[in-house]
Amino acid sequence: MKKITARPYSLRDVPFHYCPGCMHGIAHRLVAEVIDELGVSGRTIGISSVGCSVFAKHYFNVDMIQAAHGRAPAVATGVKRVLPDRVLFTYQGDGDLAAIGIGDFIHTASRGEKITTIFVNNTVYGMTGGQMAPTTLIGQVTKTTPFGRSVEINGNPIRVCELIAPVEGVAYVERVSLHNPKEIIKAKKAIKRAFEMQLNGIGFSLVEALSACPTNLGLSPLEAIKWMEEKMIPFYPLGVYKSPAGVV
Amino acid sequence: MRRFLMKGNDAIGEGAILAGCRHFFGYPITPQSEVAHYLAKRLPEVGGLFMQAESELASINLVFGAACAGARVMTASSSPGVSLMQEGLSFLAGSELPCVLVNIMRGGPGLGNIGPSQGDYFQATRGGGHGDYYTIVLAPNSVQEILDIMKKAFDLSDMYRMPVVVMADGIMGQMMEPVVIDEEKSVEIPPRPWATIGRDYHEDRNEINSLFVVLEEMEEVNLRLLHKYEEIRAKETLCEEYMLNDAEVALVAFGTVSRICRAVVDKAREQGIRAGLIRPITLWPFPYDVISRAAKSAQCLLAVEMNMGQMFEDVEIGAKGRVPVYHYGRLGGMVPLAKDILEELKKVSERGGTGR
Amino acid sequence: MSKVTFREDRCKGCQLCTTACPKKIIVMASSINEMGYHIASVTEQEKCTGCGLCVIMCPDMVIEVERGQAG
Repeated sequence: MKKITARPYSLRDVPFHYCPGCMHGIAHRLVAEVIDELGVSGRTIGISSVGCSVFAKHYFNVDMIQAAHGRAPAVATGVKRVLPDRVLFTYQGDGDLAAIGIGDFIHTASRGEKITTIFVNNTVYGMTGGQMAPTTLIGQVTKTTPFGRSVEINGNPIRVCELIAPVEGVAYVERVSLHNPKEIIKAKKAIKRAFEMQLNGIGFSLVEALSACPTNLGLSPLEAIKWMEEKMIPFYPLGVYKSPAGVV
Repeated sequence: MRRFLMKGNDAIGEGAILAGCRHFFGYPITPQSEVAHYLAKRLPEVGGLFMQAESELASINLVFGAACAGARVMTASSSPGVSLMQEGLSFLAGSELPCVLVNIMRGGPGLGNIGPSQGDYFQATRGGGHGDYYTIVLAPNSVQEILDIMKKAFDLSDMYRMPVVVMADGIMGQMMEPVVIDEEKSVEIPPRPWATIGRDYHEDRNEINSLFVVLEEMEEVNLRLLHKYEEIRAKETLCEEYMLNDAEVALVAFGTVSRICRAVVDKAREQGIRAGLIRPITLWPFPYDVISRAAKSAQCLLAVEMNMGQMFEDVEIGAKGRVPVYHYGRLGGMVPLAKDILEELKKVSERGGTGR
Repeated sequence: MSKVTFREDRCKGCQLCTTACPKKIIVMASSINEMGYHIASVTEQEKCTGCGLCVIMCPDMVIEVERGQAG
């Protein structure tokens, strides 16, 4: 009998506080599995951001730091510049990375910091109760866009992979989705490649993971998966946007 | 032991290096930039890292990261830049991380100007950012003291695991004075078992955090901070007294202004007025005891500052209403002149204890 | 034969595993756990191929699969 169990060593055996059907749990597991497989658990330091995933600080079985809103890339850089042989990852949501923290993100990327950013995009602010995110789709209803996001009032959603891929210093950019097992397997490969870029000293790496927030979308988890397939993925195409071979 | 002629801004940098600081993250702003210029050259010479960040927000969070990694780390800025760092400072205090922040204050509010000012007294001595916390605030008044106080700042920040602020202004930064450097002194940086340097490098697993969603846990942290602050108030308050014992009028001044006030005390004594000077070296914790003692022996107190009366409020707290407390200040980057302070001193000494 | 077990106290009843199972043998039980969620369960255990896709899909690491030898 071969046992297929989920929990990697780099995740602590504590229950997640995330809502039913939230995919942060999947993303956490993939990152932890990659850390295990690369054998770097003991020299990895993770930075959790502000938002639902702030509790990542509590879940990963590696040294963790909880940063101020949007500042995870700066904090990660600070650690990495003191300890260049350590493995650094930031785990950030769409509000943290693409709104308040986009400046730190771009500069960290352009400096080519050898850190890996896991960017979980679910198009909505979760922790604060379902407000518009920089990645909220046009027409999408949130608590602060009750009539749907409009370009005139709210501007356009930001496609982070497309934005950052051309920046020099960036080694690897891929957008993945967590809505079915096939894509989850691909997501893990992407995360592994991203960490390898760091370990090989090539540059900054980013994996954007599309995820669902059923609670704030006002959908059941199963409806949320459908919504991702029909609305989200067409706007945020999956794939590799940059690799050492160049911009795709 | 070697003697040098040194500029205040360079002394900040050299003092940091002598204290074992090897990491500086900062963003240009006048009149702080020379600290950065000095360290940009000097840190690589001693195997350290100088890094210019994209903003003060990034600077203070780079400092946060380096502190998490166990480094002796600092940044320097000037008033508007320090305002931008306040969120980070609150996170550093909440996460109990050591670091040093130098504020070369300038005129304000707003963009103000680059003239010397002491307008950030409230911000520095009341924590500065959000939440219930303090930082230790040191205010040197000579180049030698800047050099020595940098070491003290790092030592205190390590001992109490909290940010320490060093406050000066453009005059202190530009001033050149002879200094003595004792290069023989070795630096001992205390171990950091709490640092997030990877699980392989310490016992168990470390987490650096300022989020406590359980209210009781947050209160526990607040109480721990409170006890720490009480210990600092008891042990670390620093103050210089000059001709205070028989003083009828006690001037209270820090930093640049305290140098001028010292000359004013001498001048006043020549003219038969028994003046004295209290110079707080730690602005937080504030030397309330010395003020309180002076309020028993002197007829009145005169706070002299480059602001509209900020430290003045602490002097009033210390005086506890026993004697009148007066304020004399120049604003907007202007420096009070000795003759004007003397004039003011004469005025208040005539009014003395008879009220305002 | 393969065997699927659920760590019932951790299941949040999100049903994502039901979409992952190629054999469609994961169903939501009528009973609820301490958190008040209907828990996922497998009724036709013998149909399980031990593919482990449900393990990959579950956000809360509730599922464990013991894969039997083929045939």
